[in-house]
Amino acid sequence: MAQGIRDKVVILGMGCTRFGERWDTGPEELMLEAFTEAVDDAGIERDQIEAAWFGVFFDEQSVGKSALPLSFALRLPNIPVSRVENLCATGSETLRGAVYAVASGACDIALALGMEKLKDVGYAGLPERSKGSFDDLYVPGYTAPGAFAQLAGAYAARTGIEMADLKRAMAHVSWKSHQNGALNPKAHLRRPITMEQALEAPMVAYPLGLYDCCGVSDGAACAIVTTPELARSLGKKDMVAIKALQLAVSNGAEAGHSSWDGSYTLTTRVAAERAYAEAGISKPREELDLIEVHDCFSITELVVMEDLGLSELDQAPRDVLDGVFDKDGAVPCQIDGGLKCFGHPIGASGLRMTYEIYLQLLGRAGDRQLPSPSVGLTHNLGGIPSRNVASVSVFGLTR
Amino acid sequence: MTKRGILAFGGYIPRLRLRRETIADAVAWINPALKARAKGERSLCAWDEDSLTMAVEAARDCRLDGLDAPANLVLASTTLPFADRNNAAVLREALDLPEHINTLDISSSQRAGTAALANALSAAAGSSLLIASDCRETRPASPLEMQTGHGAAAMLVGSGTRLLASCLGHRAISRDLVDHYRSQASRFDYTQEDRWVRDEGFFKIIPDTVSALLQELDVKPDSIDHIIFPAPVRVAKRLCKILGLQEAGLADDLDAQCGHTGAAHPLLLLAATLEQAAAGAKILLVGFGQGADAFLFETSKKLSNYQPRLGVAGYLERRHEEPNYVRYLSHRGLVSVDRGNRAEFDNRAALTTFYRKRDMVTGFKGGRCEACGTIQFPRTAMCVNPDCRAMDTQTPISLSGMTGRVKSFTEDWLAATPNPPLQYGNIELEGGANIMMEITDCEPGTLQVGTVVEMRFRIKSVDERRGFTRYFWKSTPVEEQ
Repeated sequence: MAQGIRDKVVILGMGCTRFGERWDTGPEELMLEAFTEAVDDAGIERDQIEAAWFGVFFDEQSVGKSALPLSFALRLPNIPVSRVENLCATGSETLRGAVYAVASGACDIALALGMEKLKDVGYAGLPERSKGSFDDLYVPGYTAPGAFAQLAGAYAARTGIEMADLKRAMAHVSWKSHQNGALNPKAHLRRPITMEQALEAPMVAYPLGLYDCCGVSDGAACAIVTTPELARSLGKKDMVAIKALQLAVSNGAEAGHSSWDGSYTLTTRVAAERAYAEAGISKPREELDLIEVHDCFSITELVVMEDLGLSELDQAPRDVLDGVFDKDGAVPCQIDGGLKCFGHPIGASGLRMTYEIYLQLLGRAGDRQLPSPSVGLTHNLGGIPSRNVASVSVFGLTR
Repeated sequence: MTKRGILAFGGYIPRLRLRRETIADAVAWINPALKARAKGERSLCAWDEDSLTMAVEAARDCRLDGLDAPANLVLASTTLPFADRNNAAVLREALDLPEHINTLDISSSQRAGTAALANALSAAAGSSLLIASDCRETRPASPLEMQTGHGAAAMLVGSGTRLLASCLGHRAISRDLVDHYRSQASRFDYTQEDRWVRDEGFFKIIPDTVSALLQELDVKPDSIDHIIFPAPVRVAKRLCKILGLQEAGLADDLDAQCGHTGAAHPLLLLAATLEQAAAGAKILLVGFGQGADAFLFETSKKLSNYQPRLGVAGYLERRHEEPNYVRYLSHRGLVSVDRGNRAEFDNRAALTTFYRKRDMVTGFKGGRCEACGTIQFPRTAMCVNPDCRAMDTQTPISLSGMTGRVKSFTEDWLAATPNPPLQYGNIELEGGANIMMEITDCEPGTLQVGTVVEMRFRIKSVDERRGFTRYFWKSTPVEEQ
């Protein structure tokens, strides 16, 4: 009987670039920037890494397909490298690969690195891409904001909340993340905003205004993982252990069956339930000290609070407005500024979230350090609400 | 010889209307004479409509319940989207008609519609579903820009006891008077002086054709109840005098409400006339273009029990004004606006995939799971119902006639579309099929969760680089009549 991943693997070191419009930096430099920090942090020789997982989403620009770009950029000594891609959960997917490799005993030290160079596209927003030869024949030419915007109307219809009230809660989500991101030197957007700015911003996709949407940035993040025993032998005392790594993938039911009403993310619910079981968490709102969730859009973060079991059903707007997820609230969310302030270089985001949990648990988060947190969660939602992959990971401090 | 005639009819006029005053305001600077014509309005295809999509709607407007599938499907138009791809074959798949029928395109004359009608009426047996549809492009500031409209009409022609109107006779004259022409290579019509066309064309060719027909049938001109001339009203009135017809019987040429719909116009006016005609009425129908067609119909008692779904009258009421002349130009491809880098996305259609899936894409056939009853789109090997997931249980089911309910929607200002914002949402159809669809013929700010929609065959996108138009079904809000 499988026992799950809990406590079998720890993070030995992490790195994360400054996120932003890195006009003067190419994808290779971004990878190297994150990698150098992680190797220094791990305190190992880089040739001690035995296998690597590389995450990049858009192969249409920047580096193309395959594992070659990582191996070339880091001049890896011909070790096995795999490229993985799973929509916006790509970064978390690299971590799964590396962690499973170590847990299986196949290798002692493994690398997970996610990178995306979005600002070589030549225009604002995410690049257009094919949805597949059949889907392109009938699926609307949607954008990410348009697809996620639909959560809001469906949520309002389900709960009976007025759109104006929901918009206020959504504005609070963004306001809070900008407050947090202002303190983070690695964030892309570092100016606080007012609630009025968020509410009065130009419309991108009804009812999402500009400040309901995350930024578009370049960035890379990486983790080096190993066994607790090896970490200890390398002199590590406080360590961040993997408590759960779960992934739930849509099978078409939300898109094609009446059982889904459009107001929540089914896969998050499934992945969270499994992750809490794997990590041994029974009361997430009490046991989680901080969370980094997939706030691609304000409404996503809001409904995900319910999907993760942190708010009662229909109560997320109230909890958000009550400050439950603010930095001094019960469950600080996006303490680093989130996708809202970091932007979303797709391959990197899952690891960027992990990086913040890692820093916070080790007490190394500087101006934004929370008082002694010991358990954190990351959440990615790749795709769109009706068809997506959701990853939920839990990390804990061990000594 | 078996009496042949019309078994069913329908019409379609796009929802958009452009007031001629709007045109004049924009272009009269170059030709002040246009101000004098700036009365009424013309119909206009939305960016995602063309002759083929209008043809589908006109055919769907017909009530075909209880009638045998036609032996022939004929599409008449001078503006078919494909020069070498059987347009009627696309139409057949969209209408979910059987594969074994003949599909035929008839083109290259304003008389294409009446020529097709003559052909169907003279056939020995079998019924023909005939659709005339036209969406002529007109040069900005040309008189034709004001005179032209877009529209389509459908007629099921055959024999039997259910005839709504029987054809008493037909006469054609072929005479190569080049009142206007459009070569294969050109986009717009080249026209001649209208006084010459009137005197040498309308006033000679039509009387020659009509009087020959009436003589042959031994019908007195003043016994005709409805007269349909594809000509400006002043010309039509003069033709009545020349022929001894009762001017009171002149059918409204719809110039004030939709303009001249080209090859579709005679049949569109016939449909509009049939919507109002009493039993036993005689209808004279004339088509004009390098000669003329003249038909005499007599309506039957069955006509009073027939109503098209919406009909020409219904579609005339279903209107939305396009107030923006530049947007109209942009949607007709007459001005190149900057649609942003996002619109550069290469859009090559995988025609292998399309061929495999064409009954879903063109025919909007979903699947119905025989194990649990769930209706779904797309139709797949395994049922989408999470509690069923049975294998190989789905039988095709047509979704195109269903209404649906908006579960969620957005107005997307980022998405590349010729007509921002792109509106789309998750739609739940009757019977439980769920599908994210584009929503068209809908003004921003009007959608709500719960809005009831119906399905319409529309252009999904155009691959401008390769000249390929993709079609799929979209939702449109059901308008209260």
